[in-house]
Amino acid sequence: MAVQVLIPTPLQKSTNNEASVELEAGSINELIEALNGRYPGIQERLCDESGTLRRFLNIYVNGEDIRFKDNQTTSLKDGDEVSIVLAVAGG
Amino acid sequence: MTATLSRATFTGLRCKECGHDYAAGALHVCEDVCFGPLEVVYDYEAIRNRVSRATIEAGPASIWRYRDFLPIEGDPIDVGTGFTPLLKADNLARRLGLKSLYIKNDGVNMPTLSFKDRVVSVALTRARELGFKTVSCASTGNLANSTAAIAAHAGLECCVFIPSDLELGKVLGTLIYNPTLMAVKGNYDQVNRLCSEVANTYGWGFVNINLRPYYSEGSKTLGYEVIEQLGWELPDHIVAPLASGSLFTKIRKGFDEFIKCGLVEEKAVRFSGAQAEGCNPIATAFREGRDFITPVKPNTIAKSIAIGNPADGPYAIDIANRTGGNIADVSDAEIVDGIKLLAETEGVFTETAGGTTIAVLKKLVEQGKINPEERTVAYITGNGLKTTEAVVDAIGKPYTIEAQLDSFNTAWQQALAKQAAG
Repeated sequence: MAVQVLIPTPLQKSTNNEASVELEAGSINELIEALNGRYPGIQERLCDESGTLRRFLNIYVNGEDIRFKDNQTTSLKDGDEVSIVLAVAGG
Repeated sequence: MTATLSRATFTGLRCKECGHDYAAGALHVCEDVCFGPLEVVYDYEAIRNRVSRATIEAGPASIWRYRDFLPIEGDPIDVGTGFTPLLKADNLARRLGLKSLYIKNDGVNMPTLSFKDRVVSVALTRARELGFKTVSCASTGNLANSTAAIAAHAGLECCVFIPSDLELGKVLGTLIYNPTLMAVKGNYDQVNRLCSEVANTYGWGFVNINLRPYYSEGSKTLGYEVIEQLGWELPDHIVAPLASGSLFTKIRKGFDEFIKCGLVEEKAVRFSGAQAEGCNPIATAFREGRDFITPVKPNTIAKSIAIGNPADGPYAIDIANRTGGNIADVSDAEIVDGIKLLAETEGVFTETAGGTTIAVLKKLVEQGKINPEERTVAYITGNGLKTTEAVVDAIGKPYTIEAQLDSFNTAWQQALAKQAAG
């Protein structure tokens, strides 16, 4: 399952300044592991000690917030676009 | 030693969650540690030494009378923003059964008739200082109006993003300033996601993204002004609308800073928040006793506060809990009734966010959650002429008559009969 991951600027320090990364992953949890395999340490940036995504990070699969899906167990399929977005003030 | 002519009273940015420090650049999240929101750090000792009630009263009739509490270094962009009326609302108070009610009316703020002029005046002043040539925002409407207007005044390039289903008045009220306007097919949360990605790549100053720490400080002036307009006293209870939750937390910060700097005597103020049932993630979390937010997909006429994924929601819940306040939600029908009630009793025409606030105020009084003796301030954040769609089917129609006395007499009898029928 090749998926495209969009990395926000503040996290690009952890991805050798890559803004977009292609990875093999069948779920969000697998994607975090795969990211950590390529960029060791990034998991600690994304998740707290219990492995839960930090609350100021939002992850979208093809534009849909994973909290409307199955959170970190949300499955991924070939060609999906995953964006990592930081929380924003209002409107 | 570096000499500086700067009047700045702020020293940098700090993460609200983990306390990590950053320089005062265009940065809104704690990128080295936890991604928490960054806040401006002030030298309160310097502010205390410089500011008194007299120096504030001698300042301009705008938010810039409080400039020592705002994160700018040089001259502000002053378009007359702020110092809006605090109206003693005796008719509405009587109708609701309250003894002391005030309306803080930012529906007549300058230049674009919403509280957003406060945050944008600060954000664009800071954007200019940081060297941005193009400014932008993700908006539910009011912020787009304000960013486009103040950018025009300041001579900055402007490109703003809104959901494509906004009220005509809000679209027109942006386009008139001739920015580039992107109407995105999606809701505000989707607009925000897109803008985060644009901000990453285009190097623009997004007032509510990379300029957020400065932007959000502008809302503190809604706290300062109420204190000053109440004769340098705090109210007992405030009611304000909740979208992202930022305004609510910054009114509180404004109160706290004036206490800290000896400008007002400390006392407990209860904070209550208002949401629409069709977009109520903060009210739901409050009701369920949670400190985390489950996002929702908005479906309400109160588009200006329709943020399904509110960034400052957990902080708003914390403030309501710690001050003995409440967070409640109301239906679209109640929102329309709230708009009409404020107009009919006080002569103030607010938009849907204000209708939400008045409807929640009414609900909390009815539920005994606001004591009639409390000196209560309701924050009205926007103007009803921008969202006429919301009320067009809920108000009266004109009597169309001939230019003759007979025709008037007949119509007047009809009007009296209608009044008598109630």
